[in-house]
Amino acid sequence: MQGVAIPPFELFYEEHRADVLRLLRRTLGGERADDAFQETFLRALQAYRRLEHGEQLRAWVLTIARNVAIDALRRAKPEGELVDVAATDDDDRPAYEELASLTDGLPPKERAAVVLRYGYDLSYEQIASALGSSEDAARQATSTGVRRIRRRVSP
Amino acid sequence: MTISSDLDRRFRDAASALGLVDVGFDVVDSPVGELFVAVSDRGLAEISYDTRVEEQLELLARFAGPRVLRSPRAVDDARRELDEYFAGKRRAFDLSLDLRALPPFTVSVLQELARVPYGRTTTYGELAARVGRPRAARAVGTVMNRNRIPIVLPCHRVVGSTGNLVGYAGGLDRKVALLELEGAR
Repeated sequence: MQGVAIPPFELFYEEHRADVLRLLRRTLGGERADDAFQETFLRALQAYRRLEHGEQLRAWVLTIARNVAIDALRRAKPEGELVDVAATDDDDRPAYEELASLTDGLPPKERAAVVLRYGYDLSYEQIASALGSSEDAARQATSTGVRRIRRRVSP
Repeated sequence: MTISSDLDRRFRDAASALGLVDVGFDVVDSPVGELFVAVSDRGLAEISYDTRVEEQLELLARFAGPRVLRSPRAVDDARRELDEYFAGKRRAFDLSLDLRALPPFTVSVLQELARVPYGRTTTYGELAARVGRPRAARAVGTVMNRNRIPIVLPCHRVVGSTGNLVGYAGGLDRKVALLELEGAR
Protein backbone atom coordinates (compact mmCIF):
# COMPACT_ATOMS: atom_id res chain seq x y z
CA MET A 1 0.00 0.00 0.00
CA GLN A 2 1.30 3.41 -0.99
CA GLY A 3 1.04 5.90 1.91
CA VAL A 4 0.59 9.66 1.69
CA ALA A 5 3.89 11.29 0.71
CA ILE A 6 5.86 12.97 3.48
CA PRO A 7 5.80 16.72 2.86
CA PRO A 8 8.97 18.82 3.07
CA PHE A 9 9.39 19.71 6.76
CA GLU A 10 8.87 23.43 6.11
CA LEU A 11 5.31 22.81 4.91
CA PHE A 12 4.58 20.46 7.81
CA TYR A 13 5.93 23.04 10.27
CA GLU A 14 3.96 25.92 8.78
CA GLU A 15 0.77 23.89 8.85
CA HIS A 16 0.94 22.69 12.45
CA ARG A 17 3.00 25.21 14.42
CA ALA A 18 -0.02 27.27 15.52
CA ASP A 19 -1.85 24.20 16.88
CA VAL A 20 1.26 23.03 18.70
CA LEU A 21 1.84 26.41 20.30
CA ARG A 22 -1.82 26.65 21.31
CA LEU A 23 -1.68 23.28 23.02
CA LEU A 24 1.55 24.15 24.83
CA ARG A 25 0.33 27.61 25.93
CA ARG A 26 -2.78 26.07 27.47
CA THR A 27 -0.81 23.36 29.20
CA LEU A 28 2.27 25.23 30.33
CA GLY A 29 1.67 28.97 30.01
CA GLY A 30 3.79 31.58 28.23
CA GLU A 31 7.52 31.22 28.60
CA ARG A 32 7.68 27.49 29.24
CA ALA A 33 5.45 27.00 26.21
CA ASP A 34 8.02 28.74 24.03
CA ASP A 35 10.79 26.40 25.17
CA ALA A 36 8.50 23.40 24.74
CA PHE A 37 7.57 24.62 21.24
CA GLN A 38 11.19 24.54 20.17
CA GLU A 39 11.73 21.17 21.83
CA THR A 40 8.65 19.70 20.13
CA PHE A 41 9.73 20.62 16.62
CA LEU A 42 13.34 19.60 17.25
CA ARG A 43 12.09 16.18 18.33
CA ALA A 44 9.85 16.07 15.27
CA LEU A 45 12.83 16.90 13.04
CA GLN A 46 14.83 14.14 14.66
CA ALA A 47 12.11 11.59 13.96
CA TYR A 48 11.03 12.97 10.58
CA ARG A 49 13.50 10.96 8.54
CA ARG A 50 12.18 7.71 9.96
CA LEU A 51 8.54 8.43 9.09
CA GLU A 52 7.19 5.95 6.61
CA HIS A 53 4.25 8.00 5.35
CA GLY A 54 2.69 11.42 5.73
CA GLU A 55 -0.60 10.36 7.31
CA GLN A 56 -1.94 11.76 10.57
CA LEU A 57 0.95 14.17 10.96
CA ARG A 58 -1.19 16.46 13.10
CA ALA A 59 -1.92 13.70 15.61
CA TRP A 60 1.72 12.72 15.50
CA VAL A 61 3.13 16.17 16.29
CA LEU A 62 0.49 16.82 18.97
CA THR A 63 1.58 13.59 20.66
CA ILE A 64 5.15 14.82 20.67
CA ALA A 65 4.05 18.20 22.04
CA ARG A 66 2.09 16.52 24.78
CA ASN A 67 5.04 14.37 25.78
CA VAL A 68 7.27 17.44 25.88
CA ALA A 69 4.68 19.20 28.07
CA ILE A 70 4.47 16.20 30.41
CA ASP A 71 8.24 16.20 30.77
CA ALA A 72 8.20 19.91 31.55
CA LEU A 73 5.43 19.53 34.14
CA ARG A 74 7.21 16.61 35.73
CA ARG A 75 10.42 18.56 36.03
CA ALA A 76 8.55 21.42 37.69
CA LYS A 77 6.61 19.27 40.16
CA PRO A 78 8.06 17.89 43.42
CA GLU A 79 8.05 14.10 43.58
CA GLY A 80 5.20 12.34 45.32
CA GLU A 81 2.65 15.01 44.57
CA LEU A 82 1.29 13.29 41.54
CA VAL A 83 -1.44 11.18 43.10
CA ASP A 84 -2.75 14.19 45.04
CA VAL A 85 -2.92 16.23 41.90
CA ALA A 86 -4.74 13.43 40.19
CA ALA A 87 -7.28 13.22 43.01
CA THR A 88 -8.14 16.92 43.12
CA ASP A 89 -11.14 17.94 41.12
CA ASP A 90 -10.13 21.07 39.30
CA ASP A 91 -12.89 21.76 36.82
CA ASP A 92 -11.17 24.69 35.16
CA ARG A 93 -8.47 22.62 33.64
CA PRO A 94 -8.93 21.40 30.09
CA ALA A 95 -9.25 17.65 29.70
CA TYR A 96 -5.78 17.07 28.35
CA GLU A 97 -4.18 19.12 31.11
CA GLU A 98 -5.94 17.07 33.74
CA LEU A 99 -4.89 13.95 31.91
CA ALA A 100 -1.29 15.13 31.92
CA SER A 101 -1.08 14.55 35.65
CA LEU A 102 -3.44 11.58 35.76
CA THR A 103 -1.45 9.69 33.18
CA ASP A 104 1.94 10.50 34.63
CA GLY A 105 3.84 7.31 35.30
CA LEU A 106 1.97 5.18 32.78
CA PRO A 107 4.11 3.36 30.21
CA PRO A 108 4.67 5.83 27.33
CA LYS A 109 2.47 4.07 24.81
CA GLU A 110 -0.48 3.78 27.20
CA ARG A 111 -0.04 7.37 28.32
CA ALA A 112 -0.08 8.65 24.75
CA ALA A 113 -3.06 6.47 23.84
CA VAL A 114 -5.15 7.61 26.83
CA VAL A 115 -4.39 11.27 26.25
CA LEU A 116 -5.06 11.16 22.54
CA ARG A 117 -8.31 9.31 23.12
CA TYR A 118 -9.76 11.29 26.03
CA GLY A 119 -7.81 14.54 25.86
CA TYR A 120 -7.94 15.11 22.11
CA ASP A 121 -10.86 12.91 21.21
CA LEU A 122 -8.99 11.14 18.43
CA SER A 123 -10.35 7.91 16.97
CA TYR A 124 -8.53 4.62 17.55
CA GLU A 125 -7.58 4.68 13.92
CA GLN A 126 -5.90 8.06 14.34
CA ILE A 127 -4.21 6.95 17.55
CA ALA A 128 -2.92 3.81 15.87
CA SER A 129 -1.44 5.95 13.14
CA ALA A 130 0.15 8.37 15.62
CA LEU A 131 1.68 5.51 17.59
CA GLY A 132 2.66 3.47 14.58
CA SER A 133 0.62 0.47 15.76
CA SER A 134 -2.57 -1.34 14.80
CA GLU A 135 -6.02 -0.13 15.74
CA ASP A 136 -6.46 -3.11 18.07
CA ALA A 137 -3.19 -2.33 19.80
CA ALA A 138 -4.26 1.31 20.24
CA ARG A 139 -7.58 0.20 21.77
CA GLN A 140 -5.75 -2.23 24.02
CA ALA A 141 -3.20 0.36 25.16
CA THR A 142 -5.98 2.84 25.95
CA SER A 143 -8.03 0.43 28.04
CA THR A 144 -4.99 -0.95 29.89
CA GLY A 145 -3.95 2.64 30.63
CA VAL A 146 -7.39 3.53 31.95
CA ARG A 147 -7.49 0.44 34.18
CA ARG A 148 -4.10 1.32 35.58
CA ILE A 149 -5.24 4.89 36.40
CA ARG A 150 -8.41 3.56 38.08
CA ARG A 151 -6.41 1.23 40.30
CA ARG A 152 -4.12 4.08 41.28
CA VAL A 153 -6.79 6.72 41.94
CA SER A 154 -9.13 4.44 43.94
CA PRO A 155 -7.02 1.65 45.34
CA MET B 1 -2.36 31.55 17.21
CA THR B 2 0.51 33.45 15.63
CA ILE B 3 4.08 32.47 16.27
CA SER B 4 6.33 35.39 17.18
CA SER B 5 9.14 35.90 14.71
CA ASP B 6 11.60 35.56 17.58
CA LEU B 7 10.28 32.14 18.57
CA ASP B 8 10.20 31.05 14.94
CA ARG B 9 13.75 32.22 14.34
CA ARG B 10 15.00 30.51 17.51
CA PHE B 11 13.67 27.16 16.35
CA ARG B 12 15.11 27.54 12.86
CA ASP B 13 18.53 28.53 14.19
CA ALA B 14 18.58 25.66 16.68
CA ALA B 15 17.56 23.12 14.04
CA SER B 16 20.36 24.24 11.78
CA ALA B 17 22.96 24.46 14.57
CA LEU B 18 22.10 20.93 15.73
CA GLY B 19 22.52 19.56 12.23
CA LEU B 20 18.94 18.26 12.09
CA VAL B 21 18.20 19.72 8.68
CA ASP B 22 18.78 17.98 5.34
CA VAL B 23 18.50 21.25 3.45
CA GLY B 24 18.32 24.81 4.79
CA PHE B 25 17.09 27.53 2.46
CA ASP B 26 16.33 31.23 2.35
CA VAL B 27 15.53 33.91 -0.17
CA VAL B 28 18.45 36.29 -0.63
CA ASP B 29 18.47 39.78 -2.16
CA SER B 30 20.80 40.50 -5.05
CA PRO B 31 21.23 43.10 -7.80
CA VAL B 32 19.83 40.57 -10.30
CA GLY B 33 16.70 40.00 -8.22
CA GLU B 34 15.78 37.74 -5.32
CA LEU B 35 17.53 34.38 -5.24
CA PHE B 36 16.26 31.16 -3.69
CA VAL B 37 19.37 29.66 -2.05
CA ALA B 38 19.51 26.14 -0.57
CA VAL B 39 22.37 24.47 1.31
CA SER B 40 22.51 20.80 2.26
CA ASP B 41 24.86 19.01 4.63
CA ARG B 42 27.12 18.47 1.60
CA GLY B 43 27.18 22.04 0.39
CA LEU B 44 25.41 24.54 -1.81
CA ALA B 45 22.59 22.60 -3.47
CA GLU B 46 20.62 25.22 -5.36
CA ILE B 47 20.43 28.82 -6.45
CA SER B 48 17.28 29.73 -8.31
CA TYR B 49 15.84 32.88 -9.81
CA ASP B 50 12.47 31.24 -9.26
CA THR B 51 11.54 32.13 -5.68
CA ARG B 52 8.21 30.30 -5.58
CA VAL B 53 9.24 28.36 -2.52
CA GLU B 54 6.79 25.45 -2.45
CA GLU B 55 7.85 24.03 -5.80
CA GLN B 56 11.52 24.27 -4.91
CA LEU B 57 10.94 22.43 -1.64
CA GLU B 58 9.41 19.33 -3.22
CA LEU B 59 12.35 19.14 -5.60
CA LEU B 60 14.95 19.47 -2.85
CA ALA B 61 13.18 16.97 -0.60
CA ARG B 62 13.30 14.41 -3.39
CA PHE B 63 17.06 14.39 -3.72
CA ALA B 64 18.35 15.53 -0.35
CA GLY B 65 15.75 14.30 2.18
CA PRO B 66 12.46 15.59 3.60
CA ARG B 67 13.88 17.80 6.34
CA VAL B 68 13.87 20.96 4.25
CA LEU B 69 13.57 24.05 6.43
CA ARG B 70 13.87 27.79 5.87
CA SER B 71 16.94 28.76 7.83
CA PRO B 72 18.74 32.08 7.32
CA ARG B 73 21.63 30.73 9.34
CA ALA B 74 22.14 27.72 7.05
CA VAL B 75 22.75 29.95 4.06
CA ASP B 76 24.95 32.50 5.88
CA ASP B 77 28.17 31.51 4.09
CA ALA B 78 26.55 31.42 0.68
CA ARG B 79 24.83 34.76 1.27
CA ARG B 80 28.10 36.37 2.33
CA GLU B 81 30.02 35.10 -0.69
CA LEU B 82 27.24 36.15 -3.07
CA ASP B 83 27.18 39.62 -1.49
CA GLU B 84 30.92 39.91 -1.95
CA TYR B 85 30.65 38.72 -5.54
CA PHE B 86 27.96 41.25 -6.39
CA ALA B 87 29.96 43.98 -4.66
CA GLY B 88 32.86 43.17 -7.00
CA LYS B 89 35.02 41.99 -4.09
CA ARG B 90 35.03 38.28 -4.91
CA ARG B 91 36.13 36.59 -8.12
CA ALA B 92 35.88 32.93 -7.06
CA PHE B 93 33.61 31.07 -4.64
CA ASP B 94 34.94 28.91 -1.80
CA LEU B 95 31.66 27.07 -1.21
CA SER B 96 31.47 23.29 -1.44
CA LEU B 97 28.80 22.13 -3.85
CA ASP B 98 26.22 19.36 -3.58
CA LEU B 99 26.16 17.75 -7.02
CA ARG B 100 24.67 14.44 -5.94
CA ALA B 101 22.14 12.65 -8.11
CA LEU B 102 23.48 14.21 -11.31
CA PRO B 103 24.59 12.00 -14.23
CA PRO B 104 28.38 11.67 -14.72
CA PHE B 105 28.38 13.66 -17.98
CA THR B 106 26.62 16.56 -16.26
CA VAL B 107 29.07 16.48 -13.37
CA SER B 108 32.11 16.53 -15.66
CA VAL B 109 30.68 19.43 -17.68
CA LEU B 110 29.94 21.38 -14.49
CA GLN B 111 33.45 20.70 -13.19
CA GLU B 112 34.91 22.12 -16.40
CA LEU B 113 32.50 25.03 -16.22
CA ALA B 114 33.77 25.84 -12.72
CA ARG B 115 37.25 26.39 -14.22
CA VAL B 116 36.13 29.16 -16.59
CA PRO B 117 37.71 32.24 -15.00
CA TYR B 118 35.93 35.34 -13.76
CA GLY B 119 35.44 37.95 -16.45
CA ARG B 120 36.09 35.51 -19.34
CA THR B 121 33.73 33.67 -21.62
CA THR B 122 33.89 30.32 -23.34
CA THR B 123 31.65 28.59 -25.90
CA TYR B 124 29.41 25.53 -25.66
CA GLY B 125 31.66 23.80 -28.19
CA GLU B 126 34.87 24.54 -26.27
CA LEU B 127 33.37 23.20 -23.10
CA ALA B 128 32.25 20.07 -24.93
CA ALA B 129 35.78 19.59 -26.28
CA ARG B 130 37.27 19.97 -22.82
CA VAL B 131 35.20 17.08 -21.45
CA GLY B 132 36.30 14.97 -24.41
CA ARG B 133 32.98 15.17 -26.30
CA PRO B 134 33.71 17.76 -29.02
CA ARG B 135 30.44 17.07 -30.85
CA ALA B 136 28.28 17.44 -27.74
CA ALA B 137 27.86 21.24 -27.77
CA ARG B 138 24.08 20.87 -27.73
CA ALA B 139 24.18 18.50 -24.76
CA VAL B 140 26.42 21.00 -22.97
CA GLY B 141 23.77 23.62 -23.67
CA THR B 142 21.19 21.44 -21.97
CA VAL B 143 23.44 21.03 -18.94
CA MET B 144 23.83 24.82 -18.75
CA ASN B 145 20.08 25.28 -19.03
CA ARG B 146 19.46 22.89 -16.12
CA ASN B 147 22.35 24.14 -13.99
CA ARG B 148 21.03 24.00 -10.41
CA ILE B 149 23.67 26.39 -9.09
CA PRO B 150 23.92 29.34 -11.49
CA ILE B 151 26.23 32.28 -10.67
CA VAL B 152 28.51 30.06 -8.56
CA LEU B 153 28.73 27.56 -11.42
CA PRO B 154 29.12 30.31 -14.00
CA CYS B 155 26.97 29.21 -16.92
CA HIS B 156 26.55 32.93 -17.72
CA ARG B 157 30.15 32.77 -19.03
CA VAL B 158 29.20 30.33 -21.78
CA VAL B 159 28.19 31.91 -25.10
CA GLY B 160 27.67 30.87 -28.72
CA SER B 161 30.55 30.33 -31.14
CA THR B 162 29.96 33.72 -32.79
CA GLY B 163 29.89 35.50 -29.46
CA ASN B 164 26.09 35.75 -29.34
CA LEU B 165 24.65 35.20 -25.87
CA VAL B 166 22.30 32.36 -26.93
CA GLY B 167 20.26 31.92 -23.77
CA TYR B 168 20.10 31.86 -19.99
CA ALA B 169 17.66 30.05 -17.71
CA GLY B 170 17.31 33.22 -15.64
CA GLY B 171 16.70 35.39 -18.72
CA LEU B 172 19.21 37.12 -20.99
CA ASP B 173 19.01 40.38 -19.00
CA ARG B 174 20.57 38.62 -16.06
CA LYS B 175 23.26 37.01 -18.22
CA VAL B 176 24.20 40.46 -19.52
CA ALA B 177 24.16 41.94 -16.00
CA LEU B 178 26.50 39.24 -14.67
CA LEU B 179 28.92 39.57 -17.59
CA GLU B 180 28.95 43.35 -17.18
CA LEU B 181 29.57 43.02 -13.48
CA GLU B 182 32.60 40.89 -14.29
CA GLY B 183 33.77 43.32 -16.95
CA ALA B 184 33.40 40.71 -19.68
CA ARG B 185 31.25 42.96 -21.84
